[in-house]
Amino acid sequence: MPRKKLDLSLTVEHLSILNEKGELDKDLEPDIPEDLLLKLYRFMVLGRKFDERLISLQRQGRIGTFAPISGQEASQLGAVAPLQASDWFVPSFRETAAEIWRGRSMESVILAFGGYSDGALVGKEGEEEEPKNNMPVAVPVSSQIPHAVGIGWGMKYRKKEDVVMTFFGDGGTSEGDFHEGMNFAGVYQCPVVFVCQNNQWAISVPRKKQTRSETLAQKALAYGMPGIQVDGNDVLAVYSAAKEAVERARKGDGPSMIECVTYRLQMHTTADDPKRYRKEEEVEEWKKRDPIKRFQKYLKDKGLLSDEKIEELDGKIQEEIKSAVERAEKLMKDFTDPLQMFDHAYAELPPYLKEQREELAEEIEATGQKAQGKKEEKEEE
Amino acid sequence: MAKMTMVQAINLALKQEMEKDDRVIVLGEDVGRDGGVFRVTDGLIDQFGEDRSLDTPLAEAAIVGMSIGMAVYGLRPVCEMQFSGFSYLAFHQIECHVARLRMRSQGMCQVPMVIRAPYGGGIRALEHHSESREAYYAHTPGLKMVIPSGPRNARALLVSAIRDPDPVIFYEPKFLYRAFREEVPEEEETMPLGKPQKVREGKDLTLISYGAMMRATLEAAEALKEEDGVETEVIDLLTISPLDHGLLTESVEKTGRAVIVHEAPRSFGPGAEIVARLVEKSFFYLEAPIARVTGFDVHIPLFSREKMYLPGKERIIRAARKVLNT
Repeated sequence: MPRKKLDLSLTVEHLSILNEKGELDKDLEPDIPEDLLLKLYRFMVLGRKFDERLISLQRQGRIGTFAPISGQEASQLGAVAPLQASDWFVPSFRETAAEIWRGRSMESVILAFGGYSDGALVGKEGEEEEPKNNMPVAVPVSSQIPHAVGIGWGMKYRKKEDVVMTFFGDGGTSEGDFHEGMNFAGVYQCPVVFVCQNNQWAISVPRKKQTRSETLAQKALAYGMPGIQVDGNDVLAVYSAAKEAVERARKGDGPSMIECVTYRLQMHTTADDPKRYRKEEEVEEWKKRDPIKRFQKYLKDKGLLSDEKIEELDGKIQEEIKSAVERAEKLMKDFTDPLQMFDHAYAELPPYLKEQREELAEEIEATGQKAQGKKEEKEEE
Repeated sequence: MAKMTMVQAINLALKQEMEKDDRVIVLGEDVGRDGGVFRVTDGLIDQFGEDRSLDTPLAEAAIVGMSIGMAVYGLRPVCEMQFSGFSYLAFHQIECHVARLRMRSQGMCQVPMVIRAPYGGGIRALEHHSESREAYYAHTPGLKMVIPSGPRNARALLVSAIRDPDPVIFYEPKFLYRAFREEVPEEEETMPLGKPQKVREGKDLTLISYGAMMRATLEAAEALKEEDGVETEVIDLLTISPLDHGLLTESVEKTGRAVIVHEAPRSFGPGAEIVARLVEKSFFYLEAPIARVTGFDVHIPLFSREKMYLPGKERIIRAARKVLNT
């Protein structure tokens, strides 16, 4: 018997709509309402400026280690934009802009990176924080992926027309949890959209050392779901692919994966120095493909933005960030009770933990220590 | 009341909770059509369908990870690790998320799930099928680690575990799965988690154990009574963590002597924590050093030698006599 070729009809598409010069492929232009276009632009700028602010806060020692998102604004915001509030969002740790889009307050982000778990309960100014359909940040790479599958399974079980979207990076596709999660989603046909932020670098390891596969999107095919590669710095392309994937999942047609080809313009976290492993020229090349600049041009061409408007918006965003930082730093001064660490150990504190809590309370009483960190440092200054 | 094996009793708990609450979902490797390799989930797929009794692909991390998602979404998953020796393939999910989501989210995300796993030796199994590593999970804050010792308490504790707002690792002593039968009431029965139980009243010595070792411990207590006239108090921990030492200190303050029995390796095992608590809380009541009768600090040998690894009645009696004669 001769060997024969199996026709598996497996293909991976690449989608690009707005090229790096901001030129539009008219035929592919998605129909996005003006207010949504402007909202996307506003959050992209907010994402960038908030990033810059957090890096500077970290450099001043006002917050701890932080993972910047600069360069990836389009690939995360374009992806979450088609989601509804009833849909679920399962991030990794480099989706700050998408988290803010999904309703997380900037204060909560600052508090978390400032070392205060209390931040999880801090909503926007004047708003009581309520549980939303968002999972908290997951630090161990790709470990959040199976959670999204479980949520998606639950939606299917409850016969909801909701969708869950999860995020991970190029490095994350090497983790077992990525493969296990994709496989489960395929087997159970869960309404999950897997969004890979291929930002070219897993700390110091480049994308080509991560896998021999030509694309990351093709990994989806092995799990029986469609995979598409998009220009991740093209918000129109990311949005179009995400919308298609979200609709597919919502209709009950199962999971899919989107690989957003993008670039991490900053360090992995504020604790590392990219100069050790990548060339500045490469970063300069990618800066030419900046997702914000090209979207700005598109909106200007459409008559939705002007230099005046851009400047006005920048100012407003800076104000918003400034007041969030002020409020967060004020809250840090209120969150001084070390006993808080026992608050969410279990639904109900077991007897021996009550004893340990008491032990710490006695120490505080005896030594007069009230809080650690922020407040004391500030007072010493 | 029907007389049941532990397998039947656990099956009853699952069946009744699934009947009562459509949030309860059973998932794992071979738990559906095959009814589980020990038949613990037998018949659930016929009664509740494939949607509530999931034969999953072979991937422990995804089984636990998916259960996390289900739990956060509002379901009550009961997932099975086919053998506790395979739970390490899901260890990062348990440590990084099952145990931490409540604290990370400050209570916004809750993970009410149960991870069932048969553990322990004595069934002449292959490597990785006989160990007793409850200390891993008992050492992890945020988890509850429960180990029943008979059909009736297995059923009642599992019902409580399923209803508990916190995640529970439920280790089932597979040596006892079919070792004996007990009366198990058809009507609902629960037992509080985090509460050890006094199973034998005595004044001369306290024996503390749990799980599969309870049988040998009780046999030793009986022999000590018959042969030495010693009145032994026996405590079944039931919940390893969070460990409530109230009953333990109360007993030891009465008897002044204690022997702790478990099949897990000795060093850094649950016995070490119990000794520490007894010393911290009841030091001045102790009449003799506390003894530990445990597995040795080697991997449990393949089955031709496992009997000599596992603590048995004779080893417990010898240790008890030593403590009594000090």
